[in-house]
Amino acid sequence: MTAEATAAPGGVTLGVASAAQPRTQQRSRAFLNPLLILGFAIVASLTAVLLIYPLLSPYSPTDPDFAQPTFAESSWSHPLGTDNFGRDTLTRLAYGGRIDLVIAIAATLVTLVVGGCLGLLSGYRGGWFDSLLMRLVDFTVTMPYLVLVIAIVAILGPGTWNIVYAIWLVGWVAYARIVRAETLVARRLEYVEAARVMGMGELRVMARHILPNVVSAAIVFAMADMVLNILVASSLSFLGLGVQPPEPEWGLMVAEARDFFLRDWRLMTYPGLAVLILGAGLGLIGDGLAQALRPKG
Amino acid sequence: MTGYVLRRLAYMIPVFLLISLFVFLMVRLVPGDPAAIMLGQRATDENVAQLREKLKLNEPYWVQYGVFLQNMAHGDLGESMRQRRPVTQILLDRLPPTLFLVTYAGILSILISGPLAAVAAMNHGRWIDQAVRLYALLSLAMPAYWIGMMLLQFFAVKYHVFPVAGYGEGFLGHLVSLFLPALALALAVSSILVRSLRNSIIETTDADYVRTARAKGLGARSIFLRHILRNSSMSTVTILAVNLAFLVGGTTIIETIFAIPGIGQLIIKAIFDRDYPIIQGITLAIGVLVLFINLLTDLSYAVLDPRVAY
Repeated sequence: MTAEATAAPGGVTLGVASAAQPRTQQRSRAFLNPLLILGFAIVASLTAVLLIYPLLSPYSPTDPDFAQPTFAESSWSHPLGTDNFGRDTLTRLAYGGRIDLVIAIAATLVTLVVGGCLGLLSGYRGGWFDSLLMRLVDFTVTMPYLVLVIAIVAILGPGTWNIVYAIWLVGWVAYARIVRAETLVARRLEYVEAARVMGMGELRVMARHILPNVVSAAIVFAMADMVLNILVASSLSFLGLGVQPPEPEWGLMVAEARDFFLRDWRLMTYPGLAVLILGAGLGLIGDGLAQALRPKG
Repeated sequence: MTGYVLRRLAYMIPVFLLISLFVFLMVRLVPGDPAAIMLGQRATDENVAQLREKLKLNEPYWVQYGVFLQNMAHGDLGESMRQRRPVTQILLDRLPPTLFLVTYAGILSILISGPLAAVAAMNHGRWIDQAVRLYALLSLAMPAYWIGMMLLQFFAVKYHVFPVAGYGEGFLGHLVSLFLPALALALAVSSILVRSLRNSIIETTDADYVRTARAKGLGARSIFLRHILRNSSMSTVTILAVNLAFLVGGTTIIETIFAIPGIGQLIIKAIFDRDYPIIQGITLAIGVLVLFINLLTDLSYAVLDPRVAY
């Protein structure tokens, strides 16, 4: 292999076969890959259940309902049965999933934007800001993510939004690191040099010429990061540091089912499966995006 | 080599200082008087004033940080509010189960991921490869607390195959008691390990020297063992090191579920007790632990790959 070929991202050799097609058509076809479609279908249908089911359900997700049977089998009135307080499991799963989804989206979006901007600036400008950022990167890479988030929640106190704040404080670093690395490559590209030589402002060069090149890596990572954030949020709630009862949340529901496993194993199984399905869907979208965005020449 | 080790140690200093700064600031950022928080609700004003004096809380932050570093250098991490014992002492008591668990889980994760990755890579693109990729996808999204709870309830509570809680007696006792927790941790991290190992093996299979070996007429087994495995071991070590940090994070959940008396369980308990010196001590200990794992990783490159020159 020549040095040029190995330098291409992911060791992909640059081919000319697809150059005949117009670029837009090529792009749209790349986005129709099976991983992306399957992932999107899973996430969309699960999200639809989370959004719509609470509107249809006559049951409260929090209040004990003594008119209903406890540990009920699946039926038309209770598709996934009821828990030890007679509360409808699917209703609780839907409300709980909403919380997890909101936490994951709020956490991921903010860290993506903030980390991305800081990484872009640091990679393009260099200097003291870059050195400072790199030391922070060294620190956060050393500390396990979960431990850092737990330590910050220990300061802020348990609570749903405190998890989001903790992730905001820690999560941006990963994006800054990725975007910075990509920016270091992109700023040496010829047309970026050309834009600079033509006298374009720094901001404009960064936003119009570098950003489109570096954003895809960050977005692919964001999908895996969202899975991680769902896992972190539900883990903290499981430990009692996040969403507080009687509010439902997937991790918390697993913890609450602890004493009833022998009586009814489903109470513990469903919330875990819900995390698994949502996470797998997001993971598929990430893999599909990575495939679609991979440079083909 | 000695020069490299020294340079590598010097590189750890700024990171260590940042970790200690974070740990130092933790208590100061909690709303309220750190001394009052550390002493708990029953403390008299006099006690609080005494502790403020002892911790130099009336001095500027940089002086306080200096005192903090100085105490740390002497192995003094303060005293637990709950247990009324030095934090260093408690940490030393609590570290062995955690270290045992992390090592155990690390070994299990290699035993799970290694064969899966090798089989997938050797059958690149076939159904068995797809099955392994599906496993990696599901394992990525699988919550550690969930698989831990399910294993515990099923194998320990329902069928009594393994003990429900604790650390066990003696080496064999540890092995049995910690099997389920280590397995839960290993399953939770095996996703990244399988994926990167598989990619690394596939990449190595395409390398020139492997083609040469094949052209020479070497058998498939000998090519795999002597050329592919040895050369993909480098990236394996890196991935494993990253995973060890991840495993250390996961112990907080797994130790809580299985009631293992390690530092992971202790930090969660300390949060509910508002025992800040303990939280600080454990955060610091985990940071230092991971720093050393990273150091060992970098040094092991030299052993694994003679081409790496220092």
